[in-house]
Amino acid sequence: MADLTTDFIGIRSPNPFWLASAPPTDKEYNVRRAFAAGWGGVVWKTLGEEGPPVVNVNGPRYGAVYGADRRLLGLNNIELITDRPLEVNLREIKAVKRDFPDRAMIVSIMVPCEEAAWKAILPRVEATGADGIELNFGCPHGMSERGMGSAVGQVPEYVEMVARWCKKHTRMPVIVKLTPNITDVRHSARAAVKGGADAVSLINTINSITSVDLDDMAPEPTIDGKGTHGGYCGPAVKPIALHMVADIARDPECGNIPISGIGGVTTWRDAAEFLALGAGTVQVCTAAMTYGFGIIKEMTQGLSDWMDAKGYVSPMEVSGRAVPNVTDWQRLNLEYVTKARIDPDLCIKCGRCYAACEDTSHQAIAVSPDRTFSVIDAECVACNLCVDVCPVEGCITMERLAPGTIDPRTGREVRAEPADWTTHPNNPSVKVAAE
Amino acid sequence: MADGSQAGSWKSGRRTPEELERDFGDLHPLYDAHEARVAADRCYFCYDAPCITACPTAIDIPLFIRQIQAGQPGSAAKTIWDQNVLGGMCARVCPTETLCEEACVREAAEGRPVEIGRLQRYATDTLMTQGVHPYERAASTGRRVAVVGAGPAGLSCAHRVAMRGHDVVIFEARPKPGGLNEYGIAAYKTPDGFAQAEVDWLLRIGGIEIREEHRLGSDISLDTLRGEFDAVFLGMGLGGTRAWKGPGDDKAGQGEAVHFIADLRQSSDLGALPVGGDVVVVGGGMTAVDAAVQSKLLGAGTVTILYRRAQDRMPASRWEQDLATSKGVRILDRAVLREIVGNGAVAELIVDRVGDDMQPTGEVLRLACDQLLRAIGQVADGLPDGLETDGGKIAADARGRTSLPGVWAGGDCTPAGDDLTVTAVAQGRDAAEDIHAVLMAAAPARTGALVAEPLRGIDAPPHGETPHPGTHG
Ligand SMILES: Cc1cc2nc3c(=O)[nH]c(=O)nc-3n(C[C@H](O)[C@H](O)[C@H](O)COP(=O)(O)OP(=O)(O)OC[C@H]3O[C@@H](n4cnc5c(N)ncnc54)[C@H](O)[C@@H]3O)c2cc1C
Ligand SMILES: Cc1cc2nc3c(=O)[nH]c(=O)nc-3n(C[C@H](O)[C@H](O)[C@H](O)COP(=O)(O)O)c2cc1C
Ligand code: SF4
Repeated sequence: MADLTTDFIGIRSPNPFWLASAPPTDKEYNVRRAFAAGWGGVVWKTLGEEGPPVVNVNGPRYGAVYGADRRLLGLNNIELITDRPLEVNLREIKAVKRDFPDRAMIVSIMVPCEEAAWKAILPRVEATGADGIELNFGCPHGMSERGMGSAVGQVPEYVEMVARWCKKHTRMPVIVKLTPNITDVRHSARAAVKGGADAVSLINTINSITSVDLDDMAPEPTIDGKGTHGGYCGPAVKPIALHMVADIARDPECGNIPISGIGGVTTWRDAAEFLALGAGTVQVCTAAMTYGFGIIKEMTQGLSDWMDAKGYVSPMEVSGRAVPNVTDWQRLNLEYVTKARIDPDLCIKCGRCYAACEDTSHQAIAVSPDRTFSVIDAECVACNLCVDVCPVEGCITMERLAPGTIDPRTGREVRAEPADWTTHPNNPSVKVAAE
Repeated sequence: MADGSQAGSWKSGRRTPEELERDFGDLHPLYDAHEARVAADRCYFCYDAPCITACPTAIDIPLFIRQIQAGQPGSAAKTIWDQNVLGGMCARVCPTETLCEEACVREAAEGRPVEIGRLQRYATDTLMTQGVHPYERAASTGRRVAVVGAGPAGLSCAHRVAMRGHDVVIFEARPKPGGLNEYGIAAYKTPDGFAQAEVDWLLRIGGIEIREEHRLGSDISLDTLRGEFDAVFLGMGLGGTRAWKGPGDDKAGQGEAVHFIADLRQSSDLGALPVGGDVVVVGGGMTAVDAAVQSKLLGAGTVTILYRRAQDRMPASRWEQDLATSKGVRILDRAVLREIVGNGAVAELIVDRVGDDMQPTGEVLRLACDQLLRAIGQVADGLPDGLETDGGKIAADARGRTSLPGVWAGGDCTPAGDDLTVTAVAQGRDAAEDIHAVLMAAAPARTGALVAEPLRGIDAPPHGETPHPGTHG
């Protein structure tokens, strides 16, 4: 079994699976049970400043998006930071860390955007023996109305400034948690790097309204007839998170800053994908809230089995493996020509490929009176839609045309040498350069 | 030939009221809303879906399933009833395993089709339970149409004719409407008075009067009907049964399976129905299976179906056969009844085993039997004079027109009726549209479903061939 031990900015954990800052990490009772179940680390539910804690709504906090059989695909919430007193949280953090010295204990913090506020809280967190802090610059609802959370995360200058204050006032490693509610996440990440942060974590939740109650004409979750936008998370946000992680991982200005990947991690495979795109650890919230802490056994075992099968000995070895293959559109090989192939033995004759291609793509599938479906190479642009809508795995595949063959759609010979848009004759900038 | 006369060994109350209630209860209980959405989610919304083609009434199945999946079972019910106004009954009684569900691509792929029948029931029950009848009559035409027989064919025809604005009178020989829905279908397929409830629901269209205990031939003649009405539809089903003649056919303790079932369906206390200790049913169709299963459920000790050919040729579907065997019914195939033996009442049967050529193999069985039920086929009975017939049934063309002007026919009493409720419904509906077209001198409305390209408003695809012309039914 592969050794899943992870070293992330000097913070060691027995595996790369941490629980993200959220209800699962809101108190000692939860975190002890999570560690007993096998989680590698936690990011404690975000602490606020000294004084009366924030209050939460007393109506529903969550909205949900379901798939078949009520599988939870997306969750949205309007919960704020911890609503328990600071001293209680600090006392509990200390007790748990003492009893689980091998686990990563990160403490999430969000206090007003003033140096004094950060300077006041940091020593108290440090006194718990915690391994590091995470700056919550992502919460998109409630706290942002008060100038914190994503209101800070959306302004790169603030991100840099607060990161710098933290580096100045504590010896603990600083992780900056980024909001996805921006146009280009690299600006926020670069600001964190400039401020001296040790790592970034992403994504926090996405501004969202999950559904509308059509009787009450109010967004869900509805509190006494009104609703507000919440933060979206769960399996539905993974593609967005993966993209943002990859963008930072391959940005030269981010200088290989370590990344803790968050957003829709539900199984070991999701974790492996985050690692491959540059994450060093992953954080999990919705999956644990949906299924409980027991999923960690599938996650650790699954990751380890896959690593064994692939010959990877440590998660650190997986981290970033796919980053070199993330490129710009203009670098994609235009001489890579494929055609859809429908296996008649696997085909169950549902005709979904036909409806999809005929109605919405390139009219490249023929149907015979006995419902045999076949691809018309002279029309197929290789978009892959038929593969995506086919209910039978492996029934439709994309087959590469060998170099030297003629693509019946274009009448052009497929070349062996790759050629991309940067050298394509239709590219206006190529012409300019040639003049 | 004795019919219905009991043998001394028959007994009532062989099973407790609790057992009877459980076993004659719903064979396929109604889905709840969540189950329905999960089941609906399995539908692939196929292009030119084969299930539509396999449904004799051509219901747009992928559409109604999508409507369930999108949380609107009421719209789904409307989609179903637009094509098949007895969609509630069909959902319960159709042998879906040989119709829509057999054609489902997931049957081909996994041997587990989308449960179309149960989804159909979920949709139609939802709106019926809410008491909604979503059809209104067109402005009155002043025309009157007579319908003979209140079975599926007659009811379907009457509803569509009434909807088109004509007034309808149904003449029904029996005391209750419904035809075999009321008197024939197995009790556990349609419990809780559903047949009657569906007729009541259907009549809410208005403009339909039912005259029970009015038999064409004795109480009223076809000539009178033709004189008093602008059109006549005959949906009289098959009133007679095929006889079995042979040694011992006069013994007590034997009867027609359809009569046994009708008595059972009309009984208010199943515990009071006497049943034999050793029941033998002769036949291989749905009637044979229903009689066998229900006599077993009443508490008969042994129940055997005698079928003359190999079991895989039984007209009853494989699913029906499995239902029978799962209830403890023995199916004895390649077996032909030679003689009924007994002292006054049937006590034993002498049976020849036969080969594929139907010739006795020489093997002879003696089966203990104190109740013999015949289910060897139903035949038309009491057909009015002056109509051309075809194989003993009323000859009718695809629109239901008979040899007499102004007279249409459909359902089991015509050759094209294949002894299925759903086919009778389709024929009644199509005849109604033709009647309307003739009465109004208009072109008949299309009743088949639009499939393939025309469904999507396209004449012909630019590539490939259209699988079939684009309409069905
Ligand atoms: C035991 C049994 C079980 C069956 N099970 C199934 C099943 O599970 N699924 C399925 O799809 N099909 C089943 N069928 C077949 C199905 O019931 C018939 O195909 C269907 O009922 C035919 O409808 P119909 O309207 O043509 O005739 P019927 O239902 O027979 O209705 C004819 C009506 O006309 C009336 N009538 C007859 N003569 C006259 C007259 N002279 N004057 C006035 N009224 C008259 C009758 O009383 C009756 O009400 C079964 C049949 C039987 C016998
Ligand atoms: C393959 C594909 C290509 C698209 N191209 C465009 C585009 O060129 N311009 C645009 O405004 N939106 C484009 N969109 C976005 C759609 O218009 C639409 O906003 C989006 O898919 C969300 O709607 P839907 O998921 O409900 O279909 C595209 C979407 C898809 C799936
Ligand atoms: S790959 Fe795209 S264009 Fe080619 S057959 Fe499939 S759907 Fe049509």
